[in-house]
Amino acid sequence: MIERIVPAGETAGPPTSSAAAGTRLDPWLGAYAQRTHGMRASEIRALFAVANRPEVVSLAGGMPYLDGLPLDVLSDVASRVVSQRGLQALQYGSGQGDVTLREQILDVMRLEGIDAHPDDVVVTTGSQQALDLVTRIFIDPGDVVVAEAPSYVGALGVFRAYQADVVHTPIDEHGLVPAALEETLASLAAAGRRVKFLYTVPNFHNPAGVSLSTERRPAVLAIARRYGMLVLEDNPYGLLGFEGEPRPAIRSMDDEGVLYLGSFSKTFAPGYRVGWVVAPHAVREKLVLASESAILCPSSASQIAISTYLSTCDWQGQIKSYRELYRERRDATVSALAEHLPEASWNVPDGGFYVWVKLPDGLDSKDMLPRAVTARVAYVPGTAFYYDGGGASHMRLSYCFPTPERIREGVRRLASVVAGERELVELFGTTSSIPDGVVDAPGPDIS
Amino acid sequence: MGAASPRVVILAGGLSHERDVSLRSGRRVAEALRSVGVDVSIHDVDADLVPALTELRPDLVWPLLHGTSGEDGSVRDVVQLLGLPLLGTGPRESRVAWSKPIAKTVVSRAGLRTPDFVTLPQSLFRELGASRVLAALVARLGLPLVVKPSRGGSALGVNLVTSADELPRAMVDCFAYSDTALIERAVIGTEVAVSVVDTGSGPTALPAVEIVTDGPYDYDARYNPGRTEYFAPARLSAALAAEVAAVAVTAHQALGLVRISRTDLIVTASGEVQFLEVNVAPGMTETSLLPQAAEAAGHNLGDLYRSLVRASLAA
Repeated sequence: MIERIVPAGETAGPPTSSAAAGTRLDPWLGAYAQRTHGMRASEIRALFAVANRPEVVSLAGGMPYLDGLPLDVLSDVASRVVSQRGLQALQYGSGQGDVTLREQILDVMRLEGIDAHPDDVVVTTGSQQALDLVTRIFIDPGDVVVAEAPSYVGALGVFRAYQADVVHTPIDEHGLVPAALEETLASLAAAGRRVKFLYTVPNFHNPAGVSLSTERRPAVLAIARRYGMLVLEDNPYGLLGFEGEPRPAIRSMDDEGVLYLGSFSKTFAPGYRVGWVVAPHAVREKLVLASESAILCPSSASQIAISTYLSTCDWQGQIKSYRELYRERRDATVSALAEHLPEASWNVPDGGFYVWVKLPDGLDSKDMLPRAVTARVAYVPGTAFYYDGGGASHMRLSYCFPTPERIREGVRRLASVVAGERELVELFGTTSSIPDGVVDAPGPDIS
Repeated sequence: MGAASPRVVILAGGLSHERDVSLRSGRRVAEALRSVGVDVSIHDVDADLVPALTELRPDLVWPLLHGTSGEDGSVRDVVQLLGLPLLGTGPRESRVAWSKPIAKTVVSRAGLRTPDFVTLPQSLFRELGASRVLAALVARLGLPLVVKPSRGGSALGVNLVTSADELPRAMVDCFAYSDTALIERAVIGTEVAVSVVDTGSGPTALPAVEIVTDGPYDYDARYNPGRTEYFAPARLSAALAAEVAAVAVTAHQALGLVRISRTDLIVTASGEVQFLEVNVAPGMTETSLLPQAAEAAGHNLGDLYRSLVRASLAA
């Protein structure tokens, strides 16, 4: 390999010669939109290429564990979709989504206290597309989005693509901190900056694992109203709680000031790519037009398959079985952390997929990842979940996919990696990586 | 090659930090070979590999593995243990070339210039005290320095250090990828890479490729098109172009490399050619240097790779 060896202020040596034209290997370099400039894969992202290998315990990805799905039943469902409703399933559908499915989505949302009308719902290609559509219709370059610190990496990617300015606001073990949110908004207002929306994952947060307490929800809403700010409530995990009843959605307390994103990816199966957004009338109209311009319509086949599943299968029983499965994995993760990594600290999530681990002082999760890959364990460095390069002291462990035994083995390996990194940092002093703004997260198909 | 086409298995992937690059290299070479009618398949290095090779008995195995086990010779050892012919350098020579300090020593004995360096394991810093060793390093080699893993590629863990206070950070970066660091005096000049191929009539240098970046030629600059401008052939005088070609061929021969290699060099302002390192499994991706050099020489990639296959089978 070759290094650049020209320090600032000096010039490289002289080549005299034939005037061959240089190439940058992409004839369209000058043609890309400015918003693509941050779209670069980092060497960290490349390291995740090994995560799907069986030798590696991957605590990195967010893929749900699907082995428990009744595939024989779903096979019948798929067969019926084609044999009984094939001409509809294989045809274009409504841009807003199948009306029967939208009615069924209301039943799903009712579990979290949401009372809506089928007309309020727009079906999307996963809730990721809903995020994109909402950002597309609200954000001009430079507009402010307030987001939790840390925040879901996929949302940050969308905000970056639309050139939003993301300002983080802190969370604690009970989610968003109202006083801190107020402070963030006040200082933005003082600077003359209008916030377009607050992005929040209120239940079993990705990556932090925490939930916004029921008591704080009205307080957050009141602050949002005071500052004339929309709330974008992203709730893929709300029904995957391990204890008690689901918390009431923020949307259940306000049907004008909240855009609600839901998804079947975690409670059923992500392969169908079906999510939705619930929005007040005027916003919804724009979302439908934006969605039609993006994709014409969501997949008819996927919608009918999910609709058939909801009407003929015990979907609530499936969610219950997922909860048990993920609870067992959560338990394996936190007990392994207590055994092998007592010098770190972490939250104990009461639902969802993730444990957010604070490393011992001075350690940098991004720096440590190559060493982890060498030790055959993978995680996502905390830097992926910050817009500003923060988060190096944390890592996200996903317990959704590996078995409890593999999780324990992964955490054991991680402990040796942390020990090695501590030695290094003690030897050379505390250091931290330089934020580089490139994408440090794995793609969606990493286990 | 039609029905008589040899069956080639490309090894790509593996478990190294460069798995992603290797998969891309493998796909590109396979595509080029298929375009000229070669029967080629790609296999990862996993538990299925030995049974698959045993059953398939390919005519030739082409390891396009980057990083540990691919370039350190161990997978090449296994291929030979199975009695299968290999395209490229054998295991022993790979092991020598893979170790940057050993390769530098070998080529300097062959008369090539290479930047002054030291090689230090992490354990030594622990035993002797990091700050003392770092201070001695700066005193001995001066600044700027380049810190890199003693083994590894794709610039992972590599940093240019221009002041002593950047050195600890560079060491941490380096030791994330390898337990031994090579610290060498940074040489100012033009970066060129010279690929060497041997299609049966001896090692021949392809035109040098010159690399101009707006920052370090790091992973980002290598694999995301845009930050790096390549000149192929490099903007060198005819004499210098001939010299870098000769240096690469000398390195190839001194290290006992076979069929294909890439040597990375610096040409200083005074026209001095300095050897940095050599690759026995050079990158073959869309943005890699060897394919650019081959195209600059007027080769069709498929034809060139097929010639390498034929030469390996005839050897």
